[in-house]
Amino acid sequence: MSEDYIIEMLHITKEFPGIKANDDITLQLRRGEIHALLGENGAGKSTLMSVLFGLYQAEKGIIKKDGQEVQIKDPNDANRLGIGMVHQHFKLVECFTVLDNIILGVEDTKHGFLEKEAARKKVMALSEKYGLRVDPDAYVSDISVGMQQRVEILKMLYRDNEILIFDEPTAVLTPQEIDELMEIMRGFKKEGKSILFITHKLAEIMAVADRCTVLRKGRYMGTKDIAGTTKEELSRMMVGRDVQFSFEKKECKPGETLLSVKDLVVPSKVHKNNAVKGVSFDVHAGEIVCVAGIEGNGQSELVFGITGLEKASAGSIRLCGKDITNASIRVRSRDGMAHIPEDRHKYGLVLDYSLEQNLVLQRYWQPEFEEHGVIKAEAVRKYSEGLIDKYDIRSGQGPLTPARAMSGGNQQKAIIAREIDRNPSILVAVQPTRGLDVGAIEFIHHSLVGERDAGKGVLLISLELDEVMNLSDRILVMYEGEIVGEFRPKDTDVQELGLYMSGAKRNTAGKEGIAV
Amino acid sequence: MNKKKSLAENAKFVSILASLISILVGLLLGFILLLILKPSDALGGMQAMLGTGFSSLDKFGKVMYQAAPLMLCGLSVGFAFKTGLFNIGASGQYTMGAFFALIGAIVLQLPWWACLLLSLLGGAIWGVFPGLFKALFNVNEVITSIMFNWIAMFLVNLLIANIPVMLASAWGASNSDRTAALASANPGAIIPKGGLDAVFGNSSWVNISVFITIVVAVIMWFVLEKTTFGYELKACGLNKDASAYAGINAKRNIVTSMIIAGALSGLGGGTYYLAGTIQYVLEKSILGMGFNGIPVALLASSNPIGTIFSALFISYIQVGGAAMQPSFSSESTNIIISVIIYLAAFALLIRGSIQKLLSRKKAKEAES
Repeated sequence: MSEDYIIEMLHITKEFPGIKANDDITLQLRRGEIHALLGENGAGKSTLMSVLFGLYQAEKGIIKKDGQEVQIKDPNDANRLGIGMVHQHFKLVECFTVLDNIILGVEDTKHGFLEKEAARKKVMALSEKYGLRVDPDAYVSDISVGMQQRVEILKMLYRDNEILIFDEPTAVLTPQEIDELMEIMRGFKKEGKSILFITHKLAEIMAVADRCTVLRKGRYMGTKDIAGTTKEELSRMMVGRDVQFSFEKKECKPGETLLSVKDLVVPSKVHKNNAVKGVSFDVHAGEIVCVAGIEGNGQSELVFGITGLEKASAGSIRLCGKDITNASIRVRSRDGMAHIPEDRHKYGLVLDYSLEQNLVLQRYWQPEFEEHGVIKAEAVRKYSEGLIDKYDIRSGQGPLTPARAMSGGNQQKAIIAREIDRNPSILVAVQPTRGLDVGAIEFIHHSLVGERDAGKGVLLISLELDEVMNLSDRILVMYEGEIVGEFRPKDTDVQELGLYMSGAKRNTAGKEGIAV
Repeated sequence: MNKKKSLAENAKFVSILASLISILVGLLLGFILLLILKPSDALGGMQAMLGTGFSSLDKFGKVMYQAAPLMLCGLSVGFAFKTGLFNIGASGQYTMGAFFALIGAIVLQLPWWACLLLSLLGGAIWGVFPGLFKALFNVNEVITSIMFNWIAMFLVNLLIANIPVMLASAWGASNSDRTAALASANPGAIIPKGGLDAVFGNSSWVNISVFITIVVAVIMWFVLEKTTFGYELKACGLNKDASAYAGINAKRNIVTSMIIAGALSGLGGGTYYLAGTIQYVLEKSILGMGFNGIPVALLASSNPIGTIFSALFISYIQVGGAAMQPSFSSESTNIIISVIIYLAAFALLIRGSIQKLLSRKKAKEAES
């Protein structure tokens, strides 16, 4: 074999307590190619890349650079070998400028003082060459997520890295920004750089990659030339079975108004401005209303306001006709509001509680489970066993499994089981499929549509446009704390939504919304 | 299925084993320290530390007597821990509890059980403040309760010094730097011995407080593990955001949790000073008992039942340490006690390495 591999990871095995995250995985990166690493969440992609970047040490297997075996003990070693990485969650110092962030760790000094001029020239030259628009003097806290990502990319280029790892780079971008990123990646390829591109989005792989390595549950499933394969084949390799891409659902027959939000204002926790600036909309029985938008445009705060986790500073919220603007969370929950929170570890679960304790988190105080202040252990056990059975929640020790020890998908299933089983009239679901594998996503989508068909109102907040287009009956686009557009999925497309999401277009006349 | 069960059973075994190993390591290091300080007396000192508690029934009675307030302070700290609060104010609550109990005993001439109830009240009052400040103004409970330790100490000194009837001098003794001996002031306020003195060779120390305390520990365990109240408190402690999400009133829970923690420490003060063997001396520094509750709670991972044993252990080495004193200064015995307790708190660390060892062994077995 005289293939020109720049990096080879051969038979890598990495174990964590109780799980083999990587089991005999081989990945060979050719010089100057874009190589996609595809797999569901939990398939071991990030672990494999962390091994390459020196964050973890593999128990078995070797790494070769240009045919020579190398030891990568920490990210500094990786850097010396020319390996750079854009992490899924950016590693930037918020209160530093863009330039400071780029040179951080490799600063030039003269007599102990920083020398930034040469660095600035180099950064600007790189920025120009690859079309990576940044403002070197802006503070990271002030720039958009897209620009933050460009800063991360410039960090790699500034260090003259020739192997660039992108970990789920498109998750935070608008469709337009994704196209731009693809173009930049092609530019790198032309310059002879080699790219590892981690993703679970097939369309992006088909668009930009040369080859693709697929992992499933920590195992190596094979490497394919993109030219000779199809989306369907890759997804079958990734999931292990055929996957439905489109979603059939009955026609929407909206009924009475269940949730009515009027001129809602919610303050921000991070800055002085309001995060939600006078938002109004209704959710009716039997419909899924979807709030689309780029992360950080007030969706989280909107949900906090509606569910009561944050106090609204103005406006009103009515649940089934009853004013709940100032009601406590317990009252809202009792009156029929269920909430699948955005951050399942922070809000959705008490991770050190067992599964059964978590399954009654919203109902432990009901007479069904409590008598004279004492929890009815048997009732809790029976109830949770029922839910585990009905919703197929898998875990090591059944009801007694600590929530922390469960997989992300099963944790989310537990939350969904808990919330749906309360038989709510309105279900607020925030990014319910974030970080889950295809199987779990299908399940959750079916559950949400099931609730809608049962005459419940569903308010879905999602960053995934595919999800928005597939599930919703009505789409509200949120930008900088306001609703800037309202659509029906059949009358719009991803590109148009993208324009509204990025603030390039707004529909001020649409305040009244679409008649339902 | 079978394999998983054995692993779950292991967890308890492993954590007990880890505690034992870390205690052993602590003793070993303590012994090395003794060797460095005074090689000729090291062996004798170690024997005194380890043997004294069991050497006579009287000494064992003292272990039990000291264990009761330690246990209660440990329960107090542990209970607050479980709800996510660090109650470093156990000392102040303990002092207040002692004060209330003594007021009841000497000024009000109440029976012992009423005095114990008063000590609960005194501690609870001292727990309210850090709780309220935390709940209403988000002031860190550590800062408030440290300050309240000092306030309690000086306030109690001031009050006792200005209530002449409280002082020993009012009851026929000559010293006015301490409270009256209960034997002369109000024998009915002394916690009964319940026949234990006969069992423990006429020990002047032992009384029923250790059993009262064990009952309290069991009640605390029940509250935490079996009631909705405990479920809410622990949820707040483990994940504040999730408990808010579930509609649990975190503020109310912070206050009630601090009240209960304060009451427990206060009861500790009551049991200590109502034994009739010790008089409250006007102090110049904060009483150590409340702080000793912290290692007691840590050693037991805040588990109320575990607290019973960790308090007995610490009380035991304290009694042993006191017996080392002719050949070792009280400072050096305190250092050694601290080293032992400090290392005992390494149990968590050791637990991790035992688990690693076990899983490696299992993996090897599986391979072969």
